[in-house]
Amino acid sequence: MPEKTAEKHVTDKAPAPGAVAEAGPAPAKARSLWSDAWHDLRRNPMFLVSSALIALLLVMTFAPGLFTSASPRDADLAEHYLQPPNWGHFFAPDWLGYDGQGRSIYARIVYGARASILVGVGVTVLVTILGTFIGMIAGYFGGWIDSLLSRLTDVFFGIPFLLGALVVLTTFENRTVWVVILALAFLGWTQIARVARGAVITVKQADYVVAAKALGASTGRILMKHILPNALAPIIVVATIALGGYIAAEATLSFLGVGLAEPAVSWGLDVSTGREQLRNAPFTLIIPSVMVSITVLSFLMFGDAVRNALDPKLR
Amino acid sequence: MGRYVARRLLQMIPVFIGSTLLIFLMMYALPGDPVRALMGDQAFDPAVVANIRKDLGLDQPILQQYANYLGGLFQGDFGTEIGSQRPVADIIADAFPVTIRLTLFAFAFTVFVGVGLGIVAGLRPDTLQDRGLLTLTLVLISMPSFVLGFLMQYLFAFQWQLTTPTVRDSMNFGELMLPAIVLGSLSLAYVARLTRTSMAENLRADYMRTAVAKGLPKRRIVGVHLMRNSLIPVVTFLGTDIGNLMTGAIVTEGIFNVKGVGNAIYEALIRREGATVVGIASLIVLVYLATSLLVDLLYAVLDPRIRYA
Repeated sequence: MPEKTAEKHVTDKAPAPGAVAEAGPAPAKARSLWSDAWHDLRRNPMFLVSSALIALLLVMTFAPGLFTSASPRDADLAEHYLQPPNWGHFFAPDWLGYDGQGRSIYARIVYGARASILVGVGVTVLVTILGTFIGMIAGYFGGWIDSLLSRLTDVFFGIPFLLGALVVLTTFENRTVWVVILALAFLGWTQIARVARGAVITVKQADYVVAAKALGASTGRILMKHILPNALAPIIVVATIALGGYIAAEATLSFLGVGLAEPAVSWGLDVSTGREQLRNAPFTLIIPSVMVSITVLSFLMFGDAVRNALDPKLR
Repeated sequence: MGRYVARRLLQMIPVFIGSTLLIFLMMYALPGDPVRALMGDQAFDPAVVANIRKDLGLDQPILQQYANYLGGLFQGDFGTEIGSQRPVADIIADAFPVTIRLTLFAFAFTVFVGVGLGIVAGLRPDTLQDRGLLTLTLVLISMPSFVLGFLMQYLFAFQWQLTTPTVRDSMNFGELMLPAIVLGSLSLAYVARLTRTSMAENLRADYMRTAVAKGLPKRRIVGVHLMRNSLIPVVTFLGTDIGNLMTGAIVTEGIFNVKGVGNAIYEALIRREGATVVGIASLIVLVYLATSLLVDLLYAVLDPRIRYA
């Protein structure tokens, strides 16, 4: 999300990145926050590594067939029951071994990316939209609207996330990816709402907002054209860092048996089936666990890099 | 100070009512029926079910049910489980002490090890040990607690046979150690990072230069001037963290078979015993609200500029 906007800014004046700072052509535009951030990010190895990993996961999400020809649901107990990994057979169905149902662990890893990525990205997008909307309304209008919305935020914030998710999700018989996304978003918007409210309160006192008001701009225009773009940076920082947490939450809930359910393919589910084999075939549990951790780590590193670029004070 | 506390306590009431109402609504207004769950797969007479529902007050409007529940709660009555006929207060009395022990154990681990590591790294930013800590904590944060739990269980209990894989006696601190470390490790990583960042930032503050220039002993500069200022964000985090630790216990208790609140609430959810879920959840919300008030009061102790009228 952020780097796309930033990219546009950069390519506008890409030919002379150094020259601008020195003498420069007459309209020596100062770099905007976004292009400055992009400038930093391109040089950050942590950002490059994590983006590469995330790109790989995205390809797995949308085209799992590119990585394996095996099906994650084909179970052959007679042939493959708990067959240990064959580390030399890269990308073959038996590369990472077979689980207690005789299913290829490698295929399940590849196909399981979809649930994690969809939930992580889906919840983050919904939470950002909902939280920004509520926070912006509360921060901009103030008064009783602010009091009401802030108390509402407190109420949702007071419910521990995992507990709330457990309560909501146990009531659903048919838990698809979308149900999990909606349930997590329903409970998770509070942090963004608080950050957005704070950012909007700071921005709304700026001269350009007063000027826009004096020029007779409508409330909607002020909010969308003046307030939102300038309050966006802290919101994006919080959202990118939260993304990894939602992926971990999906895996945890599926592991507890209230997230996705079979026949869905999810790493959390694989961990919970692997749990019975912890003593005699630990790889059935360890491989999906490692995969969850690597994915969460990629998004955390990505979020960290974005935060450092957008908010140098936090370094 | 007294007036501030009174105002905060008053503000807590609507938030407490709101949060418990929300959990209550999620539990009862969403599909899923404890009376049906009681019947199992047997064929049943709709009239009998309707009678049971009437006896339990489940036929009343949902807000009326909530008002009845809250009325009972203020008289110390948590209600009774529908399936087992056990008073919820009994279940809570059995489970809470276990989880409180586990949580406090994890909390102590978080505070001492987390702040300690943070200090070591924060005093010398950008050195090898600092980078090492940042990497280690990043890895810890990216491991969901069930991953870390199974990893520790596999290594310590199965591979090295140092401890039992599950907790048989929740009074035994030795057996509780592994679950407590697993439970506390995520917070530990956050606490270490917060302490480290906050100290590294404050090292450059004016008051630090003044303290050094005055020739104060190093112990006093670090222990009083630096620590007191650096701990404010850490204390904020720790305050909101106790509630998270108590719910994080759902996963940890499941892995190590600890008979605590997490276990009780999970079982109650599966059986759709609303009274138990809402009762335990209300207590957790209460703990959460109380600790966040405590944190705000601690601010005034740590930072004399903050004074509550």
